[in-house]
Amino acid sequence: MRTSHVTVTVNGDPRTLEVDNRTSVLDLLRERLALTGTKKGCDHGQCGACTVLINGRRLNSCLALAVAHDGADIRTVEGLADGDTQDLHPLQRAFLRHDAFQCGYCTPGQLCSAVGMISEPGPSAITADLMSDPPLTPAEIRERMSGNLCRCGAYVNIVTAIGSEVSPASDAAISGDESITGDDVAYSWLAARGRGGR
Amino acid sequence: MRAFSYARAASPDDAVARYRPGAVYLGGGTNLVDLMRLGVAAPEHVIDVTGAVSDEISATADGGLRIGACVRNSDLAADRVVCERYPLLARAVLTGASGQIRNAATVGGNLLQRTRCPYFQDVSMRCNKRAPGSGCQATEPGADTEHMAIFGHSPFCVATHPSDMAVALTALGARVRVTGPDDGGAGRVLEMPGLHRLPDDAPDRDTDLRPGELITAVELPPPPNGRSAYRKVRERASFAFALVSVAAVLDVGADGRARECRVALGGVAHIPWRATAVERLVLGAQSGPEAFARAADAELRAARPLPGNGYKVTLARNLIVSVLAELMP
Repeated sequence: MRTSHVTVTVNGDPRTLEVDNRTSVLDLLRERLALTGTKKGCDHGQCGACTVLINGRRLNSCLALAVAHDGADIRTVEGLADGDTQDLHPLQRAFLRHDAFQCGYCTPGQLCSAVGMISEPGPSAITADLMSDPPLTPAEIRERMSGNLCRCGAYVNIVTAIGSEVSPASDAAISGDESITGDDVAYSWLAARGRGGR
Repeated sequence: MRAFSYARAASPDDAVARYRPGAVYLGGGTNLVDLMRLGVAAPEHVIDVTGAVSDEISATADGGLRIGACVRNSDLAADRVVCERYPLLARAVLTGASGQIRNAATVGGNLLQRTRCPYFQDVSMRCNKRAPGSGCQATEPGADTEHMAIFGHSPFCVATHPSDMAVALTALGARVRVTGPDDGGAGRVLEMPGLHRLPDDAPDRDTDLRPGELITAVELPPPPNGRSAYRKVRERASFAFALVSVAAVLDVGADGRARECRVALGGVAHIPWRATAVERLVLGAQSGPEAFARAADAELRAARPLPGNGYKVTLARNLIVSVLAELMP
């Protein structure tokens, strides 16, 4: 048998399809389910444009065989917004606010990757203390997002946008100032790193 | 990509029972699926072992650790016990690939990933590893040898093993537990770096695994005394393979003499390269930059750089000295 029946839940909707065993999750989403928000960049796991959340973890959907993900819960960029209100995900709003893209082709992958990244526990390659769960500083964000390339070079604003969503709570808690906004935190990071502020 | 049948194995024994010529085991797929798409791998049958092989990390009776072969790289590197007792391993895993790939990649698959030699990955090139007997385009005049081996290569193949994890496992003396069709269910154990083999005249064989053998676990002995470090030099700061990497463990006594020294190199050979000359010369000697330099020079005297990758000799030498110096108390 060179084909298989696969049932996946995509953005909350259960879908059952017969697929050629060669079909990637990426091609399943784009070609079979018409969910073209997820982008095909390199198709080799090197660019991250195809990143989706599978069972809550960020994965390169180009390297994931659909047949090997029978029963999986898949969340794509189309499923990031609130299902009821259609309000954009806070990270989507942050990307808009901080102009974190130019052409936009890598953006769905950047968004899904960032959503997954924020909930991943433990240290990264640049974390000094392996036993710590370090704050997501700009340097940590850069390291943890290195699987997502942006040919327009929008990295500076991508890091700022993600940073604005991950640190306000902790930063406000430290400073005791609950009025601090994500933007303020992000720009204070840049100022602290000698990049200047608003 | 060639069409293939797919089966999900229920247990290691079930996976092995399903094995037949033309079949491959599928873990996270981060390398295999790519190779299938490139036409480098063209299996007829894919046996998914992700539900069959352990994905748990557990203590062993001798004070070591057993890592199921289907533990994902990201789970291994985030494991509290691994971070505390085997920081060298966590560091090596964290320097490999990207967050997305580490989320999918398995420990067993990591060890069995194929070389990223561009001549191997491009089916229009001649490559003895991909097509035995077709020649090695990487050894021909004008070839791009920047990423090729400096130790243990042969006229048939100059490719390197790409894994960071395997370098750390070599320094830690890890044992690889496998099961296969011909061992009567008893399985067998290969001690790192003994899983992988030098290319000789058969570079199509990356390892000493027999047909149908499946890695079920990696077992670590109790952690060595002393401090450890994994240092990786690459062409960009993240998400790139090593030009050269060093995994090192050093324990220096109160008298200044090294009581433990383990050094393994990545990016320099067809296997994770145990730097035995370094270990021999450092062990028992007064530790210090001079001793480390003598030891590194001795190791690198055996290097045979290709036209275009002599820089790796200097790089490996300096990395060894620098990392060992960093591990001094």
